[in-house]
Amino acid sequence: MSEFEPKIIVFLCNWCSYAGADLAGVSRYQYPTNIRTVRVMCSTRVSPHIVLELLKDGADGVMVTGCHPGDCHYINGNYYTQKRVELAQRLLKLTGLEPERMRLDWVSASEGEKFAHIVQEYVAKLKELGPNPVKKDKKLVTRLDAAIDASREFRLKVLTGKEINLTTKGNVYAEILKIESLEDIMAKATEDEYRNSLILQLTHHKPYSVKELAKEIGEPTDKTLEHVVSLRAKNMLALDHIEGATPKYKAIVIGGA
Amino acid sequence: MSEEELRIGVYVCSCGSNIGGFVDVAAVVEYAKTLPDVAFATGNLYTCAEDGLSSIRNSIKENNLNRAVVAACTPRTHAPLFQSTCEDAGLNKYLFTFVNIREQCSWVHMKEKESATEKAKDLIRMGVARARLLQPQEEVQIDVIPSALVIGGGVAGMSAAISLADQGFPVRLVEKQDMLGGFVRNLGYIWQERQEAVAALKAMIDRVKSHRNIDLFLSSKVVSVDGFIGNYEIVIDTKGKQKRDNVGVIVVATGALEYIPEGLYGYELYDNVVTLTEFEILAKNKKLPKMSSIAFIQCVGSRGQDKSYCSRICCNVTLKNAMNLADNWQNMLGLEEAGKAVEGVSVEKAVPDEIAERRRGRRGRKEREEGGAEETAASTPKLDIAVFNRDVMSYGVEHELMFNKTREKKVRFIRYTPHYLPKVSLENNKLTIDYWHDTLQMQRKMTVDMIVLATPLIAQPDATEISKMLKVPLGQDGFFLEAHVKLRPVDFATEGIYVCGTCKGPADIPEAVGQGMAAASRAGSPLARGYVKPEALVAYVDSDECSGCGTCIEICPYNAIRKTENGLAEVTIAACKGCGNCGATCPENAIIMNHYTDNQLLSEARAALQEVKE
Repeated sequence: MSEFEPKIIVFLCNWCSYAGADLAGVSRYQYPTNIRTVRVMCSTRVSPHIVLELLKDGADGVMVTGCHPGDCHYINGNYYTQKRVELAQRLLKLTGLEPERMRLDWVSASEGEKFAHIVQEYVAKLKELGPNPVKKDKKLVTRLDAAIDASREFRLKVLTGKEINLTTKGNVYAEILKIESLEDIMAKATEDEYRNSLILQLTHHKPYSVKELAKEIGEPTDKTLEHVVSLRAKNMLALDHIEGATPKYKAIVIGGA
Repeated sequence: MSEEELRIGVYVCSCGSNIGGFVDVAAVVEYAKTLPDVAFATGNLYTCAEDGLSSIRNSIKENNLNRAVVAACTPRTHAPLFQSTCEDAGLNKYLFTFVNIREQCSWVHMKEKESATEKAKDLIRMGVARARLLQPQEEVQIDVIPSALVIGGGVAGMSAAISLADQGFPVRLVEKQDMLGGFVRNLGYIWQERQEAVAALKAMIDRVKSHRNIDLFLSSKVVSVDGFIGNYEIVIDTKGKQKRDNVGVIVVATGALEYIPEGLYGYELYDNVVTLTEFEILAKNKKLPKMSSIAFIQCVGSRGQDKSYCSRICCNVTLKNAMNLADNWQNMLGLEEAGKAVEGVSVEKAVPDEIAERRRGRRGRKEREEGGAEETAASTPKLDIAVFNRDVMSYGVEHELMFNKTREKKVRFIRYTPHYLPKVSLENNKLTIDYWHDTLQMQRKMTVDMIVLATPLIAQPDATEISKMLKVPLGQDGFFLEAHVKLRPVDFATEGIYVCGTCKGPADIPEAVGQGMAAASRAGSPLARGYVKPEALVAYVDSDECSGCGTCIEICPYNAIRKTENGLAEVTIAACKGCGNCGATCPENAIIMNHYTDNQLLSEARAALQEVKE
């Protein structure tokens, strides 16, 4: 069998990184053929769920590139890019897929050589990591689905979007949050939302007991029960049947499954 | 419309051998024909040539195509051309997709034809996947305020301002110094008519000052710029007094500085070691020291020594000065009688006050003690001129002739290599150059009365500030970066902002003037048309999904989203620039970024992951 050739999706922002990648071509800097580029106007456009979906679909790596901090054509779009990538990487860690499969880099319009260099380096790194295990691991697919759902959750999106104002102007009570405490909130919210989504993903197809769920999501039974209670309160999870003395739960699907 | 059958046309360009030499274009075309909904596929030698364009127009009409995919160079230069070709054939330009198989494929994979061909196929499959989901968009028309802002009052900025003003548009010309003229004011004589630089400038300055369409702001800075092509809100600060104004376009002509060769070749260590620009100032003011020998050292601090680039103009400036010295033009050597041989002149050791003052003024440097070297007498019958160079780049017809003439005047050209740089020291109170003679293959010594260091032009330190204010890029060396180095040399990638003169790299006077006029002509076209149609890349809020949380309003960098009476978000189309931040942020997933929807991006990227069945 020939050497493993990773397939990499690279998102390029129109103003800096796309021009940088063009300059690599104009200057004839050679790099491996593994990347497939997608142009976006600003790197900020790339929602975390897009990246996660592509990893679920078997991309060996996804790279997002944008203008250097402070140089964004759209003033501060790349600041949000960074926040979104952080969120995606946090979620990836929870699923057990290597967070290195998602990479963020800044490439300016004059950095053709740097672009070629980054591609070379990333291809080498992914060759080291080997093929994306998602193709052979059904459970990982479920976990990635949970990560995708979590990344689209209201709470995480609001926290990502409001970070600048929460840490500079303050919340509705005019309380200014420290960036560290916001990051703690964000980390905890990410874990919560991911576990909720994972419970819903798992119970989508067959009923689970709390004990079984605890095993799957890697949390103690009492914590898992808290998730189950909150999901039931939100009308997203329902008691399906009782097996012996053990209640089993199933996700409520609106509009048919 | 939504139920219309998709009929996609794919055009694969060979770009001569630029693509065809490294990618099997015929195989790619055959592959494209097998893709879903592709009704037509062809290869062109040059898709951008008239026969390529007419093949697009004809095939769209003949085959009833409703999507077009061109696989060629880069959308950054050629998208507008193909888009308008599609429009000629009655196809909305937003139904066109560009696939880059040159800059991002053939040119970066020149030694692996097979995998480059596979990559090209993948990229086209991605483009076709995207094309299938594209929707036509309508562009709004935005009025252009018919006036311009020119930043910088050097020769480039003045040329741009005069040219725009002559076209009838009001111009605000902002210069940070208290007089016009920029770098050229430093120069003595400009070749080749040996006209005084100041005299040549005067005509231009008078023109600017007297033009009724030019508002001149001296000792002023642009402190803020907001808005977009057609309507920029600017604030000009003149010594603390601020003036608000609105202009339609902006020309950047902020110029360059000379490089200061700190620690090189005895600069600031020994007297009579000056930069080329300092030499010009001395010559202009007839303050050259009495001397019988002089050496120019080229490429000081450039071409890898500190700055990476060649400053282009210094060879020619050195040749001009060598020629003037050899001829003792206008008695620049200060002899009793012009043209007569120099006899027994003594060297003035002290650096003239004017130069010392200029050096101190830079970066608030402390006053230095002047060296108290004793005067010595040297007697040589004539002026010896030597030019230490790595190569003499006297590009162009006239300059090469000048090079030949200086050699006829017995100016010595001595080549050095970066491995053996000449060394400057003071021996017996004489400036001494130790150098390796490349032809004789031996170490040599030369004593001279004056050393002139040809240093490169470097970017203005405040270029960074301006680049951030205008959101336009700088290159690696700090000069402004044009949209395309060959095809769009005076445009920025951002519409409505243009660049000229030495702020985009070293240039001589005719080049700077030419660029100024070019920038004015580019800037003049939206002004003359009176309106622009910005790309219809705008966000759209689905009011059924919006919950009115307001997160998008907080993150929009252009305040383009507001709350309607019923508390939901709405996009102001004219202000939206299409970054897509709101689309990725919306907690309810209610914002759709037109032309870059989640679905379009995902389908395009997913197509890359499909396994190709041969």
